[in-house]
Amino acid sequence: MMETLYQLTNVAHAYGERQVLQIDTLDIRQGEILALVGPSGAGKSTLLRLLNFLETPTHGRIQFQNQASQPMPLHLRRRVTTVFQRPFLLNRSVSANVRYGLRLRGRRDHTHAVEKALEQVGLHEMARQPARTLSGGEAQRVALARALVIQPDVLLLDEPTANLDPQNVALIEKIITQLNQEQGTTLVLVTHNIFQARRLAQRAALLMNGRLIETAAANDFFHHPTQPQTAAFIRGDMVY
Amino acid sequence: MLEIAALSLRVSGVALGISALTGIPVGAFLGLSRFRGRPFLVTLVYTGMGFPPVVIGLFVYLLLSRNGPLAAIESAIIPALFTPGAMVLAQSIIAFPLVAGFTMAAVMGVDAQLHLQARALGATRWQTAVTVLAEARVGVLAAVIAGFGGIISEVGAVMLVGGNIDGRTRVLTTAIVLETRKGNFDLAIALGVILLGLTFVANWALLRLQGKEE
Repeated sequence: MMETLYQLTNVAHAYGERQVLQIDTLDIRQGEILALVGPSGAGKSTLLRLLNFLETPTHGRIQFQNQASQPMPLHLRRRVTTVFQRPFLLNRSVSANVRYGLRLRGRRDHTHAVEKALEQVGLHEMARQPARTLSGGEAQRVALARALVIQPDVLLLDEPTANLDPQNVALIEKIITQLNQEQGTTLVLVTHNIFQARRLAQRAALLMNGRLIETAAANDFFHHPTQPQTAAFIRGDMVY
Repeated sequence: MLEIAALSLRVSGVALGISALTGIPVGAFLGLSRFRGRPFLVTLVYTGMGFPPVVIGLFVYLLLSRNGPLAAIESAIIPALFTPGAMVLAQSIIAFPLVAGFTMAAVMGVDAQLHLQARALGATRWQTAVTVLAEARVGVLAAVIAGFGGIISEVGAVMLVGGNIDGRTRVLTTAIVLETRKGNFDLAIALGVILLGLTFVANWALLRLQGKEE
């Protein structure tokens, strides 16, 4: 049994009057790949923002590495990072982008780490290029390298391969799978690509209208779902 | 003539330094935060951007004059009227809203999602602000250039608070006014060319600064 990394209890989040998330309980285990699937507007991205401690939930408690203080202390917040759907690179060189997270942490010994991260994503030859000259797939790989270099305990991925060509999708999937296997990094992947979830995840959860419908081991989730909504979602039927 | 040009550069340079040191942080703060009363402050800054320099000159004149509220205070940082210090004060006030306003606009032009990404990578609020400011650097530089342009060419305020005293507070713009009035058009034109050249060189130097950082 893997150790519990996150423990969410009665977590609710609202923007003004609008309730976007209502999760009674969710555990995320150390070293797993958890896929969050669901229709747009289900609250998947909101949940990731909470898991990265970018926002504080309106109600409830999120325990991370046995800490539940709000706001989460900086050193714990820095164990988690997110790669978003769009890469949001800084208008600097590729290597300066990758270096960014290390500099935030006051680390100066970054040359080797940056080189290694860029090698991992196959872009070490582009280190000196301005980031704005990259293609979409390259930019997203730089965003991934920028996350890898800080060696997070948890990597949150918010639709990281939406709008990318198959070759880049395959490359990114390979990198994050390796990361999980070799470094034991916990991955939480938000996707509405059910096939990607099936390829990568060890556990999957369906989120609809801010609520968790079903959370199960990938095999059960995709082949023997207990909830009719899950079955419908996997079949590709519209569920609302 | 060299003396006049040097004083012009010194007064406007120091004033620009002061307004950049105050205006950039204020502009960044206004661009990055949301609070009650912010719209009022923003309106104030925008109004300041279009404020006639001569009115600010008048305001500083009254403040520093013998019966003004500041004249009674004996302090090294409060300049006397008809000194370069008074001119620096007036020009700092003129340039401040220009620098703050354009900096604010530049900072607000940076994608809000980038703030989120910076924090997701572990940035503190302060580090996020610095990152956003760095992303907006072209706009911030434009703000500084706008501030410089606004004061190096300004004549009303320096005339009022400086007094255009020969060898003490005469700058290029006030000298041009004087020489034109005296009918010395050759000299006035020469001074104008110097002013134009200085502005060009200063802007070029600022842009070079930007280029190096890239």
